[in-house]
Amino acid sequence: MLDVSELHAGYGAVAVLRGLTLRAAAGEVLCVMGRNGAGKSTLMKAIMGLVPATGGTITLDGTRISGLPAHEVPRLGIGYVPQGRRLFGDLTVAENIEIGLMTRRRGPATREHVLTLFPRLRERLGQVSRTLSGGEQQMLAIARALCLEPKVLLLDEPTEGLQPSMIALIRETVLALKATGVATVLVEQRVDAVLSVADRVAFVEHGRVAELLPAAGMTHASPQFLKYVGI
Amino acid sequence: MDFGPFLLLALMEGLVTSAVLALTALGLALVFGVMRVVNVAHGEFFMLGAVAAWFVTTWIPGPPAAGFIAALVLCPLLVGAVAALADTLVLKRLGYDPDATIVATIGLLYVLQQAALSLYGPEARPVEAPFTLRVQLPWFGYSGYKLAVIAAAAVVLAGVWLLLARTRIGLVMRATQIDREMARAFGINVERVYAGVFALGAGLAAVAAVLIVPIQQAHYLMGQDPLLLSFMVVIVGGLGSLRGALVAALLIGLSDGVISVFFSPTLAKILATLFVALVLVFRPQGLMGRRAA
Repeated sequence: MLDVSELHAGYGAVAVLRGLTLRAAAGEVLCVMGRNGAGKSTLMKAIMGLVPATGGTITLDGTRISGLPAHEVPRLGIGYVPQGRRLFGDLTVAENIEIGLMTRRRGPATREHVLTLFPRLRERLGQVSRTLSGGEQQMLAIARALCLEPKVLLLDEPTEGLQPSMIALIRETVLALKATGVATVLVEQRVDAVLSVADRVAFVEHGRVAELLPAAGMTHASPQFLKYVGI
Repeated sequence: MDFGPFLLLALMEGLVTSAVLALTALGLALVFGVMRVVNVAHGEFFMLGAVAAWFVTTWIPGPPAAGFIAALVLCPLLVGAVAALADTLVLKRLGYDPDATIVATIGLLYVLQQAALSLYGPEARPVEAPFTLRVQLPWFGYSGYKLAVIAAAAVVLAGVWLLLARTRIGLVMRATQIDREMARAFGINVERVYAGVFALGAGLAAVAAVLIVPIQQAHYLMGQDPLLLSFMVVIVGGLGSLRGALVAALLIGLSDGVISVFFSPTLAKILATLFVALVLVFRPQGLMGRRAA
């Protein structure tokens, strides 16, 4: 589904990704772990076209998306939940959802579906999103991305700073999406969260995938967590 | 004349100034708010609107009203097209860098001004008002056209508000204003939004100019005052705050009218500038601006 091959990208003269390769299949949850500065968020932005790829290719279902103007990437079906949520803070919940729906011209049916997943948002449609609680903001950020009916969902540290009940809700959402065949790329720092949803774990170091393992055999004690993440 | 009617006259003159100023300043505030571009050439779009209005009303035969209405429709479109072209050819290539765009729009100011001088000439030329109706109040008669200017400006302002608050185009503009990277991540063609906003901002200045040109005459240097006043309005109102710009335009326009009528226009400008300085000292974010986090 999503294929990243020998990707090089960075900011100006600073190279962050140095030949990173990974692929996420339909119905798979691929977790990306690594230390700060390893290139996890840059990978997400490069897939979205927000950071230009200086080398390598990114393809979605065989169609090359690297090099496309950034606004055309989401229209092909890639939903993005960025680190820090990045809602349109001055807009209401309903308006944030509307922006999501407009991306791929989805209609009321999609809106209903998303609001059914997150009933709390339905109660707060008229509220300015900046004034939501942290958990509600994260729900909205995910809802906004789901409004695209994405084939691929990119989640960048969605559980950061949230209480356990919210983390559980996010996990359930990810698993429900997986069941519908969505390919999920999840950047995550918490071992619990990774082990509970991941199919495979990619450990990123110095802008490359250093090790790629199936999650099935991994435990809290797996040496890779200490080696690549420091936990 | 007694004090009361005199004050009324002053306030009406002030309202005309406010109306035209509000349109012009709204254009500047929109461009700054959405694009973070300080458009120094904004006054030249105003001038271009007035000069274009002279050409259109001169070329179109028939009663003055026909030519004027044609100018009111065509000039903003024409000026908007020039602005969109300037955006695509210049600002986009600079990546909308805040410093570079200031220098670029200063250059644009001179290009437009000299183009007007070459094609239109140094004369100030009048445009005939679409109608000459005198509204007779108990104390004095007043130009019906000036009242129409106030009404027309109010209609255009309401239209812009509706566009921003109630339409998808407005939603896309507001989303781009808040976070352009996220706007891109949700399929918004930010470059097209920017070209549209730059054209809309210039178009608003052109509408203001077409409305004022039967009162003021078209001249190639006429863009300087509206630019300065618009900047004052945008600073007092709070950078990027549209509601603030409206309130500030009303404040500055009315006080300009009253002080001009009772004392002198120069004193009005001095006091307005002092007001801006005081706002900058005591409330740097402007009347309605939010403090930067």
